[in-house]
Amino acid sequence: MKIADDSPPTVSALDRPNSYIGRSVPRPNLARLTHGRAQFVSDMTLPRMAHVAFVRSPHAHARIAAIATAAACKAPGVVAVVTGAELAKVITPWIGVLTHLKGIKSAPQHAIAVERACWQGEAVCAVVARTRAEAEDACGLVEVGYEELPTVTDAETALEPGTPVIHPELGDNLTFERVHVAGDPDKGFKDADAVVETTFVFGRHTGVTNEPRAILADWNPGDARLTVYHGTQAPHMMQNLFAKHLGLEEHQVRVVTKDVGGSFGIKVHTYADEMATVALSKLLKRPIKFVADRIESFVTDIHARDHRVKAKIGVKSDGTITAWEIDDLTGIGPYSVYPRTSGIEANQIVNLTGGPYICPNYRARARVVFQNKNVMCQYRAVGHPIATAVTEGLVELAAAKIGMDPLEIRRRNLIPDDAHPSSGPSGIKFEALSHHESLAHLDAMMNYAGLRAEQKRLRAQGIHRGIGFASFIEVTNPSAAFYGVGGAKISAQDGVTMRLDAQGAIICQSGVTEQGQGAEAVLAQVAASAFGVPIERVRVITGDTDNTPYGGGTWASRAAGIGGEAAWQAGKALHANVLACAASILQAKPADLDIRNGAVVDRDSGSERLPLHELARIAYFRPDTLPPGFQAELMATRHYVPRAWPFAFTNGVQASYLEVDTDSGIVKLLKHWCVEDCGTVINPQLVDEQIRGGVVQGIGGALFEHCIYDARGQLLNGNMADYLVPMAAEMPDIEVGHVMTPTADSELGAKGAGEAGTAGAPGAVMNAINDALRPLDAKPLTHMPFTPGRILQALGRIGESTRA
Amino acid sequence: MSERFHDIAVTVNGEEVRERVDARKTLVDFLREDIALTGSHVGCEHGVCGACSVRVDGVVVRGCLMLAVQCDGARVDTIEGVADTDEIADLQQAFIARNALQCGYCTPGMLLTAQELLARGGVPSREQIRTHLSGNYCRCTGYQAIVDAVEAVAQARAGAKR
Repeated sequence: MKIADDSPPTVSALDRPNSYIGRSVPRPNLARLTHGRAQFVSDMTLPRMAHVAFVRSPHAHARIAAIATAAACKAPGVVAVVTGAELAKVITPWIGVLTHLKGIKSAPQHAIAVERACWQGEAVCAVVARTRAEAEDACGLVEVGYEELPTVTDAETALEPGTPVIHPELGDNLTFERVHVAGDPDKGFKDADAVVETTFVFGRHTGVTNEPRAILADWNPGDARLTVYHGTQAPHMMQNLFAKHLGLEEHQVRVVTKDVGGSFGIKVHTYADEMATVALSKLLKRPIKFVADRIESFVTDIHARDHRVKAKIGVKSDGTITAWEIDDLTGIGPYSVYPRTSGIEANQIVNLTGGPYICPNYRARARVVFQNKNVMCQYRAVGHPIATAVTEGLVELAAAKIGMDPLEIRRRNLIPDDAHPSSGPSGIKFEALSHHESLAHLDAMMNYAGLRAEQKRLRAQGIHRGIGFASFIEVTNPSAAFYGVGGAKISAQDGVTMRLDAQGAIICQSGVTEQGQGAEAVLAQVAASAFGVPIERVRVITGDTDNTPYGGGTWASRAAGIGGEAAWQAGKALHANVLACAASILQAKPADLDIRNGAVVDRDSGSERLPLHELARIAYFRPDTLPPGFQAELMATRHYVPRAWPFAFTNGVQASYLEVDTDSGIVKLLKHWCVEDCGTVINPQLVDEQIRGGVVQGIGGALFEHCIYDARGQLLNGNMADYLVPMAAEMPDIEVGHVMTPTADSELGAKGAGEAGTAGAPGAVMNAINDALRPLDAKPLTHMPFTPGRILQALGRIGESTRA
Repeated sequence: MSERFHDIAVTVNGEEVRERVDARKTLVDFLREDIALTGSHVGCEHGVCGACSVRVDGVVVRGCLMLAVQCDGARVDTIEGVADTDEIADLQQAFIARNALQCGYCTPGMLLTAQELLARGGVPSREQIRTHLSGNYCRCTGYQAIVDAVEAVAQARAGAKR
C-alpha cells in the first residue's frame, strides 16, 4: 500500500518555496507514543495525591433519603467521604441551556447528586483515599437509603399526560422543540408520483475512548491557584467553568491537557464527576485524581444518537425529489449537558436533512425529551450520521420505488457544482461544494459498473452482495454562530503565537488541541511553510491555558481550518518581523529578502545572506550592534475566526460494498470508499486517516454498537464484552479520494475533515444492506444497529417476537 | 488463613524488582503504580481491549487478567523495555511513516502483539494480520494503516532474509 501522493497542489496564495502544504509529512511527536513514553493524565502522579471513587446510584430514579458514611470514613486509607450536600458548599450547580435554542429548558445539575439520583450510575457520594482500590473498598461501606421513584425510559411516551415529569418545576419532560417549514411541502407531496414513508431508528451508543476520562486537580491554597491536568478537548472552556463554579478568577486556574487517549467529542463536555474531583481538591487542599474505569464510562460518558425519525420523501417518476418531511424524537438523559446543551444534535438533524439536494420543500419537527438514562450530548459528527442516513436512506428507497439507479437519482437532484453559493432546505448556507465532481470521482474509483456486474453474477450463485451510497455535507470551522451567540463561553476564534528561539528554531503555541488527529503536525507544517524553516526546526505547544493564546480547542473539525489559519498568519507576521531585523543587520530592503530553509536569503537569487541562528544571536545577545532606534520583535501572535460563513461546509460521498449471509444474518464488509472535499489539504495522509477512523466509528453505530436499556432504566450491556466495538477482523479496507474546493474565508482555504467519515458511513452501509436484500422481498432495514437478528427478521426467517 | 500481601521478585525489562504486593493487584497495575512503567495502559480491566498487553516469559498476555503475584519469578517485558532494544525499531518506524497511530493509547499493546505475529516469520496475509490483531481495540485509526504497517514490515523482513 502506498502512502498518499506527496506532491503539493498548486494553490497560488500558498506558493512558498519548500512548502509543506499538501505534503504527507510524518507527525513530529509520534516517537514517544511508540516507546511507551507518552504522558496521559491517567499516567500522572503528584505528591500527596489522593484518589476519588464514587458511590453510584443503582436506580434510574430515586430520592436520596440518607447517606451513612461512618463506616467508610474509618476504612483503611480513606481521607474523606463527601456527600453532594457537603460538596455543594464548594461548587455551584449548572444548567445546560443556550439562548439561541429557543425555549430550551433544563434543571440545575450538581457535581454530586444532592436530593435525587436521576440516572443509573449518577454519583451520590465521593470517597477519597490514598489509593483507588482503597477508595472503592470504602465505597462498598457507604450505605445509601434510596426511595425509588417512577422512571421515564420511553421517549415515545415521555410527553404523555400519564408519564411522570422528572423535573416538576419545568412543567413537562420536553427539553427542546424545533419546527421548520420551507417551500411548500404539501404541494411537493401532492406533485409526487411516488411517496416513500418509513421510520428510522438509531441505537443509542457511546464513544468508548480507549483512555477513559481522566482528571487530576491540584488546588494549592498557598498560591490560591488551581492546576487541573485534564484530558479535555477545550482547556480554555474548562478554565472558565472551573473558575465560575468554584468562585475563582480565570487567571487563578490553569488547565493542562497532556496526551489524550482519544476523545471524539466525548471529552469536550462538562462531567459532574470531574467537577466533583476539582471541588474535592479545593475542599481537601491536595491533588485529587479521578480516572473513570470502563464500567463507569459506560454509564457516565455521554451517550449519543438515540433518535427515532419518521421520514417521508416525495419523488416524480423522472427522479425529481419533490418534498422532504421528518419528525425526530430523541430521548436524552435527565439533564441537558453543560455548556453545549443536549439540544444541538436534534437541531443539527433539522438543519442537515435534505442538505445536499436542490428540493426546497421541507417540513421538520424535532423534539428532545428527558429520560432517566445516562446523559446525551455531542459525539463525533453530531447529528450528521442521522441526518445523512435519513436523507440518503429516503433517496435510495425512492430510487428503488421508481426503478432508478441510486447514482442516477443523485445526479438529478444534487445541487449543481456551479450553483454556489446556495442554501439547503433548512436555510443553511453553502459557500461552494462539489457534489457532482465527488460523485463522478467515486463512480470511477470504485468501478461502479464493474461492481454491479459482479453483484449480478454472484446473485445467480446465491451470494447476496449490496452496494450503497451516501452523499453528505459536513459542518466544519464553526463561527460564533454555533455556540457563542447562545451565550456560551466557547471561543470560535483561535490564536497562534510564534517565536524565533535563540538558535533559530520556531516555537509555536496554539489554543487548538491534540487528541491524536494530528493538530500539532498540521500547525507545524503551516508554521514551517509560512515562516521558512525545515519542519524539524518547529516545536508546537498546545493544551496549556498558561502558555497558549486564548482559543477554543479542537471540536467541530476546526483545528486545521481555524488553528491552521492562525498559524499561517502568525508565520507571515513573524516572517515580516525577522526580515525587518535582517534588513537592519544587512543594510538591505526587506522586500529583497526571504526566509528559506532556516536562513535569510536573497529573494531573487535564493543565495544565503544570514542564517537564522546568527540573526537570533545578534538580536538576543548583541542588540548593541543593531542600528539605533531599531527594536527586534522576534515573536508574533495572530488570531483568526471565520467571518464570511457561519460554517465551512464540506461535502463528499461514500460507498459501501458488502455481502449478507442470508442464513446467519451476518454482514461482511468487503470495501468502503469515501471521496472527500475539505478544501485545501494540508496533510493528505492525516486527512485520509481521519476519514478511515471516522468511517469505522460510523460502521460501529450501523452494525454493532448499542447501549441497551431496560424499562427500569438499567443499562444492560455496559461492558466491552456485551457492547461490541469494531475490531480489526471485521473492518474493510477504505479507499479515500479527494476533490479540493478551498474556502475563500481564509488564506489557507482549508476546511475540516475529522468527522465526515462518521457522517456518511452508517447511511452507506444501510443502503448497501438494503440493496443486497431487495430482490429477496426483504423489508427495508431502517433500525440500527443492523444486527444479524434484525436482518433475519427482515428476511422473514425469524419471527418479530424473537429478541434481536 | 491466606496472606493478603506477598513478597515477589520479578525481572522487569531485564531488571530484578522486589516488591510487596496486595494479592489482588493486577500485573498491569503493579507495573504502572509500583514500578512507574506507565507505557502499558488500562482500557477496560476485563480483558477485551488489549491496551494492557505485556510479555510474560516471552508470551504476550493481558496485564489486567494476570495478578502481580502470578509473576513471582517470571520475566516481564513492557513496551519501554522492548523499545529500548532494536527488536521493533522497524515496526515503530513503519507505524510512524504510515500514521498507524493517532492518540497512541493502543499502540504499545498493538506493537507487542504485532511483533508476536511477525516473529513467527513469513509474510502473513492482510486477513491473517487483521485476525491476529483482533484482540487490540483501536478507536482512532480504523485499523487499515496498522495492517499496512505490519504487512510492510513483514515483507521487508522476509526480503532482508533472502
